[in-house]
Amino acid sequence: MLRVLALASVVLLGIAPQASQAITVYTSWERHALVGSDIRLSCSFFSWRFVSEDVSFTWRYRPDGSRDSISIAHYAGGEAYTDNKGAFKDRVEFVGNPKRRDGSILIKNLDFSDNGTFTCDAKNPPDIVGRPSSVRLLVFETLPIQAGVITGAIIGVVLGLLVLIVVIYYLMRFLVARRVFSLNVSRNVEGPQLSILP
Amino acid sequence: MLILLLGIIFLHISALVLLFVSTTVSVSKTLWIQVVQALMILSIIFSFLSLLLFFCQLFTLPKGGRFIPTGIFQILASLFVMSGAIIYTLMSPDWVNVGNSFGYAYILAWVAFPLALISGLIYAVLRKRE
Repeated sequence: MLRVLALASVVLLGIAPQASQAITVYTSWERHALVGSDIRLSCSFFSWRFVSEDVSFTWRYRPDGSRDSISIAHYAGGEAYTDNKGAFKDRVEFVGNPKRRDGSILIKNLDFSDNGTFTCDAKNPPDIVGRPSSVRLLVFETLPIQAGVITGAIIGVVLGLLVLIVVIYYLMRFLVARRVFSLNVSRNVEGPQLSILP
Repeated sequence: MLILLLGIIFLHISALVLLFVSTTVSVSKTLWIQVVQALMILSIIFSFLSLLLFFCQLFTLPKGGRFIPTGIFQILASLFVMSGAIIYTLMSPDWVNVGNSFGYAYILAWVAFPLALISGLIYAVLRKRE
């Protein structure tokens, strides 16, 4: 029995590193931004291995309603390369720290044409098997109010005021009652003393 | 006395039901629609609290006492529904086409307002007997 267990654990230890050699890429799910502002799209990854010298990040952009995606930023071999021909020319900058598994990019001066999906693909050789992660960018003219926030806020404020008024009312009643009680007590205490003094 | 009591409770509950039916809770992003929704919901809450207070006070009030807090809450509920209906009346020409008329929820809200007001005033004037 013990021998079987020992054999099984050795086999598992042998298999496990190979099975877990998949890289997991993380980005936000969706980002909202105002026209004309800058936005930092973050990309990070998890890998069982240490960050290698050949770590690479690739950012692709796919406009809404289109099937093609175009590369806009690439980091490999210690160098960052950004779009110098397309719609993101001079607007995208690689601001991540690859040694800390951060492959973020900064996009400046957003416009409505930047609405779309940005995909980050990170590779940490020999850990290269993994799925890229996408973040959806929505560019607004004015940031919309979350639906229902104002309703909730008004209700909350009014109910809060109600609770406050009730609490203050009962507090005042309690304090007034206590003051009356302490006045009565002091009067009773002074009474006998006055009669003792000649 | 009992008839009066039953009549008041019926008035109160019908105002509450009208308020419920006239409050459409659909999430929207426009500012004034959210304010109207908030006022309607608040009027329902206050009317319900006033009903609870009524039953509380029925058992705890000394003889000859008045149902003042009940009346205050109910009058506040009527004021909230009035404000909500007024804001809706003023702002809806921007939202609804001129051809469309107001729906049944709007009429119910305007009916609930005097009902709640009258019941609130009755509570304020009523004295507990027996």
